[in-house]
Amino acid sequence: MDTFVSTYVWPAVIMVAQSLLLLVCLLLLIAYFLLADRKIWAAVQLRRGPNVVGPWGLFQSFADLLKFVFKEPVIPAGANKGVFLLAPLVAVTLALATWAVVPLNAGWVMANINVGILYVFAISSLEVYGIIMGGWASNSKYPFLGALRSAAQMVSYEVSIGFVIVTVLLCVGSLNLTDIVMAQHDGLGTRLGLPASFLDWHWLSLFPMFIIFFISALAETNRPPFDLPEAESELVAGFMVEYGSTPYMMFMLGEYSAIVLMCALTTILFLGGWLPPVDVWFLNWVPGIVWFLIKASLVFFMFAMVKAFVPRYRYDQLMRLGWKVFLPISLAMVIITAFVLKFMGWA
Amino acid sequence: MTGLLSSYVPIAIFIGISLVIGLALLIAPFAVAYKAPDSEKLSAYECGFNAFDDARMKFDIRFYLVSILFIIFDLEVAFLFPWAVSFSAIGWFGFWSMMVFLGVLTIGFIYEWKKGALEWE
Amino acid sequence: MGLQALFFYLFAFVAIASAFMVIWARNPVHSVLFLILTFFNAAGLFLLTGAEFLAMILLVVYVGAVAVLFLFVVMMLDIDFTKLRSTALEYAPVGALIGLILAAELIVVIGGSVISPEIGKSIANPIPDLATRTNTAALGDQLYTTYVYFFQIAGLVLLVAMIGAIVLTLRHRTNIKRQDIATQVARTPETAVEVVKVKPGQGL
Repeated sequence: MDTFVSTYVWPAVIMVAQSLLLLVCLLLLIAYFLLADRKIWAAVQLRRGPNVVGPWGLFQSFADLLKFVFKEPVIPAGANKGVFLLAPLVAVTLALATWAVVPLNAGWVMANINVGILYVFAISSLEVYGIIMGGWASNSKYPFLGALRSAAQMVSYEVSIGFVIVTVLLCVGSLNLTDIVMAQHDGLGTRLGLPASFLDWHWLSLFPMFIIFFISALAETNRPPFDLPEAESELVAGFMVEYGSTPYMMFMLGEYSAIVLMCALTTILFLGGWLPPVDVWFLNWVPGIVWFLIKASLVFFMFAMVKAFVPRYRYDQLMRLGWKVFLPISLAMVIITAFVLKFMGWA
Repeated sequence: MTGLLSSYVPIAIFIGISLVIGLALLIAPFAVAYKAPDSEKLSAYECGFNAFDDARMKFDIRFYLVSILFIIFDLEVAFLFPWAVSFSAIGWFGFWSMMVFLGVLTIGFIYEWKKGALEWE
Repeated sequence: MGLQALFFYLFAFVAIASAFMVIWARNPVHSVLFLILTFFNAAGLFLLTGAEFLAMILLVVYVGAVAVLFLFVVMMLDIDFTKLRSTALEYAPVGALIGLILAAELIVVIGGSVISPEIGKSIANPIPDLATRTNTAALGDQLYTTYVYFFQIAGLVLLVAMIGAIVLTLRHRTNIKRQDIATQVARTPETAVEVVKVKPGQGL
C-alpha cells in the first residue's frame, strides 16, 4: 500500500498541483495581455482605454469575466445543441493543452517530451475545429461564412508555419523545445568568433523565416490584419455571432491563449527562449523566466501594434499571400538552409 | 513504466485539468446567471425576418480544393520533420534524396500555379 | 505496468466504441466527430507502443488535415442523407470484403508471431534504444537512404493527388474581376494616363 502511494499518488498530486499553478499563472497572464492589447490599441488612437475598474483599469479583465458569467446563456432554437456547446469547450481546452510542453526556463516544463514542437504543431492545427464546429452548429448565415473563411485561412498558413519550423529544426536537429532553445546558445555569432550573445539566436541567421513566422502567426490566430473570419463590417462577429455569455468568452480565451502561445513559440524558436541577450555574469544572474517573459511581451507588443495600425486584408489577398508568397519563399529557404548547412559542414 | 511514457502522463493530467476549467466556465452561467427567457432570443441573427431555410448551403468548391492541397503540403511537411532531425546523420545522399522529392512536388506546385488553382476569385 | 495497461484498455475501448458510433450516429457530422475521437485514441495507442512521432503525425495529418476535409464535405455539401442511407446497404458486400481482407492480414501477422515467437528478432532494421536515438531520428536515418525508392514513390503519389484534385475540382468562372498584381505594379503614368490637348469650345 505504501509503495502504491509513493509511486502513483504523490507524483499525481504533484503533477496536479503543477498543472494548476501553471494554468492559473497562464490565465492571469492572458488577462493582463488582453488588457495590454486594449491599452496599446487605445494609446495608438489617442484614447485612454479601460481605466475605471481598479487603478489604471488593472482589474478590467476580471470585471469582464464576472460580467460574462452573469450573462444569460442563449442557445438558438435552430442550433445543434450538443455541438454548439462542445465547440467553445474544444477551443479553450486545445488552446490551453498546448502549454503542457512549453518550457519557460531551463527545466521549467510540465512534460519534456521528445517531440515537443510537433505536439504544439499538432494541437494548434486542431484549433480550427472549435471554429468550424461553432460556425456550423449555430445554423445561421454569418457564423457559417465566418467558419468557412476561418478554416481555409488557418490551413493555408499552417503550411508555411510547418516549413518555418523545419528550417529551425535543420539548425537544431531535435524536436525537443528545450533543445531548440539550448541550441541557440551558440550560433552565427560564435562562429564569427564573438562571445555568446543575441546574435546567435535564430532570428538573425533565419531572418526571412522569422518575419514569415511572425506574419503567419498573425494569420493563424485570426489576428488583425487577417481577422477576416470576424470582420465586423462584413460578418458582424464571424463564427461567434450566435454566442453569448461564457461560451463566447471561452472562444476569446482560446484565441488569446493561442496568441500568447505564438508569442512564446516565436521566443523559443527565434529569440533564444530564456537565454540572456549577452552572456555576462550580471545578466546570467537574472532568472531565465524574466528574459522569457520580456521577449514574449515584446513579441506581443508587436502583435498589438500591428492590430492598431495595419488595415485589414481582403480575402483574395490573404490567400494569395499565403499560397503564392509565403509557401514558395519558405520552401526555398528550407532548401537553401539545408544546402548551406551541408556545404559548410555544420550539420 | 518506461521513461518515454512517464513524460506523457503530465500532458494527460494537464489536458484533464484544462478540460475541467473549461467545463466549469461553460456551466457557470447556466447555474448562476439571471434568466429572462424569450422566444425572440432563440431566433438566429438575421435581417429581421426568420431565415427561410437551413443556413447550411452549397458553397464554392474552392474551399475543398484548398483543404485537399493543404493535406498534400501537410504530408510534405510531415516527411520533412524526420529528415530535418536526422539531417546530420544521412549525409549528402539524404540531402539529394529529399531534393528529388521536393523537386517532384515543386512540379506539382508549378502546375497548380499555372492552372490558377491558387487564385481566389 | 499497471498504469500502462489501464491506459491501453481506456484507449482501446474508446477507440472501438467511437468507431462503432461513427457507423451508428444518424447525423453525419456526429459521425465525423466520433471519427476524430477514434483517431485520437489511435494516437494514444501509438504512444503506448513508444511510437511518439507516429502518434503526433497521426494527429497532424489525420485529425488536423484529413478530418477537416471530411468535416467540410459532410457539413457543407448539400447531400441528401436520407437517400444516401437507403442505398448504404448496396455497399455492404464491398465493406465486408475489405473487412475480411483486413482480418485475414491481422490473423497472418498475429499467427506468425504465435507459431514462431522468434520472428520479431529477425527485423532488418530494429528500433534503436530510445535512450540513444529518438524515434523521429531513427525513422529519418532509414527513410531517406535505405528506403529511398519508397520515399520517392510517396512523392509521386502526392504529385498525382495534387494534379488529380486540380483536374477534378478546378472550374474557372468567367464574368468576374480578377486582380493581377503584376499589371497593377507595372502601371506607369505613361501607360495609365493619356494627355490630350483640347481646343477651347470643341470638346473631345
